[in-house]
Amino acid sequence: MDKRLSTSINDPALRAEVRDLYDDYAASLDDLDFPAWVGFFGEGCLYRVVSLENFNQGLPLSTIECHGLGSLRDRIAAIRETAVFEPRTLRRMVSGTRINGVGVEIRAQANFAVFESLSDREPHLFITGRYLDRLTRENGRLKLHERICVYDNYRVRTSLIYPI
Amino acid sequence: MNTATTPDTAPCASASETPVSTWKMRRWPASRETSIPAWIYSDSSLFNREMEVFHDGPSWNFVGLECEIEVVGAFKRSWIGPRSVIMVRGEDEAVHVLENRCAHRGSQLCWENRGVVKDFTCPYHHWNYDLQGDLLGLPFLRGAMGKGGMPRDFRKLDHGLRKLRVTTLGGIVWASFSDEAPSLDDYLGEEIHALVLRATGGGRRKLRLLGYNRQLLPCNWKLYLENSRDPYHATLLHSFFLTFGLLRTDTAFKAVPTVGGRHGIMASTYSAATAGQQNEVTSQLANLKTDFTLEDMEVVKPVDEMGDSSMINFSVLPSVFFQQHGNSLALRHLIPKSASLSELSWTHYGFVDDDEAMNRRRLKQANLMGPAGYVAVDDSEVLARMQPVAESSPESVQIVTMGGVDHDSQDTMLTETLIRGFYSYYREKMGL
Repeated sequence: MDKRLSTSINDPALRAEVRDLYDDYAASLDDLDFPAWVGFFGEGCLYRVVSLENFNQGLPLSTIECHGLGSLRDRIAAIRETAVFEPRTLRRMVSGTRINGVGVEIRAQANFAVFESLSDREPHLFITGRYLDRLTRENGRLKLHERICVYDNYRVRTSLIYPI
Repeated sequence: MNTATTPDTAPCASASETPVSTWKMRRWPASRETSIPAWIYSDSSLFNREMEVFHDGPSWNFVGLECEIEVVGAFKRSWIGPRSVIMVRGEDEAVHVLENRCAHRGSQLCWENRGVVKDFTCPYHHWNYDLQGDLLGLPFLRGAMGKGGMPRDFRKLDHGLRKLRVTTLGGIVWASFSDEAPSLDDYLGEEIHALVLRATGGGRRKLRLLGYNRQLLPCNWKLYLENSRDPYHATLLHSFFLTFGLLRTDTAFKAVPTVGGRHGIMASTYSAATAGQQNEVTSQLANLKTDFTLEDMEVVKPVDEMGDSSMINFSVLPSVFFQQHGNSLALRHLIPKSASLSELSWTHYGFVDDDEAMNRRRLKQANLMGPAGYVAVDDSEVLARMQPVAESSPESVQIVTMGGVDHDSQDTMLTETLIRGFYSYYREKMGL
């Protein structure tokens, strides 16, 4: 397969490649395979989880903000080493993948819905929103150069432990 | 049919088993100063009384920041207890706080969180109010074709929105439903007044809104209020704090209840010297991870912007906690929704004259706070698990004897003096 950047947002092979990336990304987090999760990002990446309220108003505050791979690893280390939280299982559903632009980087988006199952209660819809991404190709593989997870929830249900 | 999964079909309890107002029958347990009964976290009649006494009563509630509504007609929706209010910049350029409830039928008037309007129109029957809350007009005041319409003695000026008392301090907007509330200065007391100014630039700097974080806490509002007046837990639960020397028992600390326990101050010093060091105190802390470091240390390296090497956090009854963690400044608005549910809204701010590095630091250090905060998740998780325990055993009793039995100022983190002070004040106001 040609690994040069495609020039069309409708290129079926590119759309399939991005969809696969999103599915694999979600599976890595569902499985708590954090090294694999970090592996989806490129050097110098930006990862933010931000409310629709802040995003729409152009307010800079994030709920999670990571600059670079080291900062992603810090987030994981803190979850593993210092955070105290109730055991839970999260399932991320990703759909509606779209390519918005193709140039030196690829701009793409998708919807997410995350279901949360806490230790002694039924699953519920925990958070829902959009991934807004900028992807670049490194050594033939697409990497997230920027991922902004804009969540629609007015409020987070108690705590956001694992990344989205 | 599996009857075990259909509780709705269970026979109703007879009315006589459910007193209309149970809180008046409650008795605070013996050892009053150091005991907290679990029923205060679940009794809905008590919750209603608390809202009357504190949030609707002679107190001052946090509403928002002046910089959120800079132009005439700019508004922000906020909350005083479970009641929705609108903070708006009036034609007179003053800040007004109005109850978000149409004077006609009580429907919610404003459905947006923020915006700019010329006036407010109720969606139900189109009653229209100006920015100060006065009724401008209503459709069919005189009826139509000689029929209907309001009585001839209907006076618009008698039917405005409920207007709250409003005052500002340090760019922060406060409101009260009560005519009995003392001045804000007297309500806060000298120490808190000075700290509000310290946290907001001493009246010399203009605040800049950085954004919001909001979370649902499935717990009674007092569990969060106690948590924000509890330095003892911070040395144990929050190992992230400890690990990076941001808050430790080996730093100088003051716990100061003020105005008879109404408010509470927690002041600690930090220095680059204690960060990352271990000694005999830290060796007792099971949660301290001595081999854990961060790749991006700026998250835990504050700059001493106030010039006093201090982190001062304080809780102002009934609704707000001033946060200074490193360079992350925020107002945590505690919004009770019911006896078992609360909302915590974080308004993060900086100053318009912050340089780029300080702005970056504030946003980065915000990672410690909020619903995904390195430190704050510990609290929301613990409190969410406390509520069902309190509800399942309302007659059980908690003890708060760390650091003694009274509520004087103490210079240690190993104290529950602020919690004792709050409940001394609470019992007096509630008559419990």
